[in-house]
Amino acid sequence: MAPPLLRVEGLLKHFGGVIATDRVDLSVRAGEVHALIGPNGAGKTTLIHQLSGALRADGGRIFFDERDITRAGLHQRVHLGVARSYQITSIFRGVTVVHNLVLAVLARSGSSLRFWQPLAREPALFEEARALAKQVGLGGRENLVAGRLAHGEQRQLEVGLALATRARLLLLDEPMAGLGPEESQRMVALIADLKGAIALLLVEHDMDAVFRLADRISVLDSGRIIASGTPEAIRNDEGVRRAYLGEGFA
Amino acid sequence: MATLILEQTLNGLQFGLMLFLLAAGLTLVFGIMDLINLAHGSLYMIGAYLVATVVRATGSFALAVLVAVLGTAAIGVLLEVTVLRRLYARDHLSQVLATFALLLICNEIVRIVFGSQPVMLSMPNALAGPVQLLPGFYYPAFRLAVIGVGLAVALLLYLLVGQTRAGMWVRAGASNREMAAAMGVDVKLLFTAVFGVGAALCAIAGAMLGPILAVQVGMGESILITAFVVIVIGGIGSIRGALIGALLVGMVDTIGRAFLPMLLRSFLSPAVASGVGPALASIAIYVLMAAVLFWRPQGLFPARA
Amino acid sequence: MRNAPAIGALVLLVAFPLAAKHWDQLFYVSFASRILIYALAASSLNLILGYGGMVSFGHAAFLGTGAYAVAILMAEGVSSAWVSWPLAILVSTLFALVIGAVSLRTRGVYFIMITLAFAQMIYYLFISLRAYGGEDGLNLAARSRLGFGLDLAGDLTFYYVVLSLVVGCLCLMQRLLDARFGQVVQAIRDNETRMEAIGFPTYRYKLICFALAGGAAGLAGALLANQNGFVSPNLMQWTQSGTLMVMVILGGVGYLYGGALGAAVFLVLEEALSAYTVHWQLGLGWALLAIVLYARQGVAGLLAGTAAGRR
Repeated sequence: MAPPLLRVEGLLKHFGGVIATDRVDLSVRAGEVHALIGPNGAGKTTLIHQLSGALRADGGRIFFDERDITRAGLHQRVHLGVARSYQITSIFRGVTVVHNLVLAVLARSGSSLRFWQPLAREPALFEEARALAKQVGLGGRENLVAGRLAHGEQRQLEVGLALATRARLLLLDEPMAGLGPEESQRMVALIADLKGAIALLLVEHDMDAVFRLADRISVLDSGRIIASGTPEAIRNDEGVRRAYLGEGFA
Repeated sequence: MATLILEQTLNGLQFGLMLFLLAAGLTLVFGIMDLINLAHGSLYMIGAYLVATVVRATGSFALAVLVAVLGTAAIGVLLEVTVLRRLYARDHLSQVLATFALLLICNEIVRIVFGSQPVMLSMPNALAGPVQLLPGFYYPAFRLAVIGVGLAVALLLYLLVGQTRAGMWVRAGASNREMAAAMGVDVKLLFTAVFGVGAALCAIAGAMLGPILAVQVGMGESILITAFVVIVIGGIGSIRGALIGALLVGMVDTIGRAFLPMLLRSFLSPAVASGVGPALASIAIYVLMAAVLFWRPQGLFPARA
Repeated sequence: MRNAPAIGALVLLVAFPLAAKHWDQLFYVSFASRILIYALAASSLNLILGYGGMVSFGHAAFLGTGAYAVAILMAEGVSSAWVSWPLAILVSTLFALVIGAVSLRTRGVYFIMITLAFAQMIYYLFISLRAYGGEDGLNLAARSRLGFGLDLAGDLTFYYVVLSLVVGCLCLMQRLLDARFGQVVQAIRDNETRMEAIGFPTYRYKLICFALAGGAAGLAGALLANQNGFVSPNLMQWTQSGTLMVMVILGGVGYLYGGALGAAVFLVLEEALSAYTVHWQLGLGWALLAIVLYARQGVAGLLAGTAAGRR
């Protein structure tokens, strides 16, 4: 079997006396959806920060495509193929949906140290952005100012921005945060469509979605992985049940 | 030579302690209310002018200091309630510009009332002479008094902020404002009180430094920048940082100005040394600040984690 | 890009000196030159502050370095504008590059403070340059030589040269803002974290923007040196940086003509009020306070009429 796309070895992070990430080992294979679940405060977002490069780990190593990216900076990792979406929506509220996506496309379309030619005269970028908008379910809403979108649509844009980077691994931090049942369904469908083409590390609380989408699940508690395996195995794991799912989970 | 070093060290200590008085108020306001206040120097100036006025009217330095402290605190509270309160929620640029506006207004009002010429503020007669600290070494009594006042205020602040309930609220506010509010601290009152105390400290500094430096319009500006350098070095929101930072800056600045030109003359031509020396001395504290920020971007003792 | 009011203003700016000459009011031409020069300086600050979101409190330093470049060269016998003006731009750009490289590693208030500190350093540096006047400043023997039969000593000629340069720079600025670079810089202002997270090396873009703004300020400085016939370290005092910031916010942060409008309003107010009273700064203070508290978008914002979206 090919080596995993993402391989994390013994990742360690502490803030003062608090150990936020306790020697975490993790792997994500190309094209799979690997869900990361765990109680609040387990350190999931901190882990995502370290994987995306927003935080520097205190120990351990991160390999992407067998390449050591532990020291690589945020924007460098994007070009290597790792991108993320944020739990708290972080989009460009003052401009349109299309403009949001154009920015992401721009980042990988050659140098932006161009000072003369107006951006508006680059139709290829806008075309790609529109296609992306459609892909994340915002077709027809592209010309709306992002700040005016409904919360659910903003979450779709949030994922869209990460998608636009053409990363091979997406770190999705609670994409369904704050979504109602209908919007959640849409998000699940969106992510399901990505399966196979892109690897996904999905942090989520929505158990329905997790069990429907995940190929593998890892459980994080107090900074360490307490279980990792197929959804079936995790569902039946005693330790996980006690720590997180609650005894009555069917 | 030894006496020179001793004298300059004491001068540095004196300057540093006065900087601390200014920086303490500034860092608390910044740390707790997240407010950049360019008008802080204006309170210092107002304090000095009040002292000068009362001394001229009554001849009593002590009375003048009392009036100045109370008066400046009152003006500070007035400013806080009317204008500054609206700036807490605004971005730093707006705060900079609004307080810059206050600075212009204060300067102009003082100029209208007192004119542009420096105003005489002489030391109290009791402290006008030199004191013998060591055989052959004399130091101005007034400057010793300034050091004394500075140390006393530092101690008072330490007790107030470190050992009292109110001080605990202040530290909580500096560390995490939202949390402090959530825990029931009367934030509005706290802000006003902190500002008032900061203004009072400015007045004391104005009273102490007025006789040594000049009392004139614009005296606030030059020391304001230095005070900002102090709190950036010391760490925003931290009184301890303000003290350490102030002493550091006071020393570096005083000793730099005294000895750097001399030092340079020993291995550069006198023409070059006399040009470069004072310039280097002037920028010494900025180089210090840049160095601290490079190594510790949050300052030496940041109040916030 | 260019809209009707702007074209109207341009026509006015071109025509007015001729009218002034006709009615023998040449003082206003010189005054207008001054406004244009500060319009350029304020616009360069607007680029980094309004469009880039970088609150630099040391911008006057680059104005000063440009002015001194011209003055020092003139003192050393180099009076050709074709040499000294580009050099002024280059020198200021280099200073901005170095200062920006260090300062942009910090954020928020630390950035404000460290830009202020660097400006102070440059201020003291020039005070220490006894060879070139030190604290007293340096006179320029004459205005820069342009050749082509254009004598900058004439107020009208100088005005038109300044006007062309300023208009040219504003056009370049508009182009830059619409191009990839400008769009990226503005997006960084709006959400720097996300820009990094989609793959932009944001530090690099901010630094280049900072350097470009410094260079433009350098050109303004070169023109100012010519306008005043005199340079002094006071050009670089932090209060001057404050004045530039006031101009930008007065005019409207993040509007293309914000810097220009602000400079015009500020200088006209200063002139009008100081004829009235020597305490005109009082009025300025109140006006500024009122604007910050109640009219955040500045004059340009009020003119544009809308509170939403900037351009």
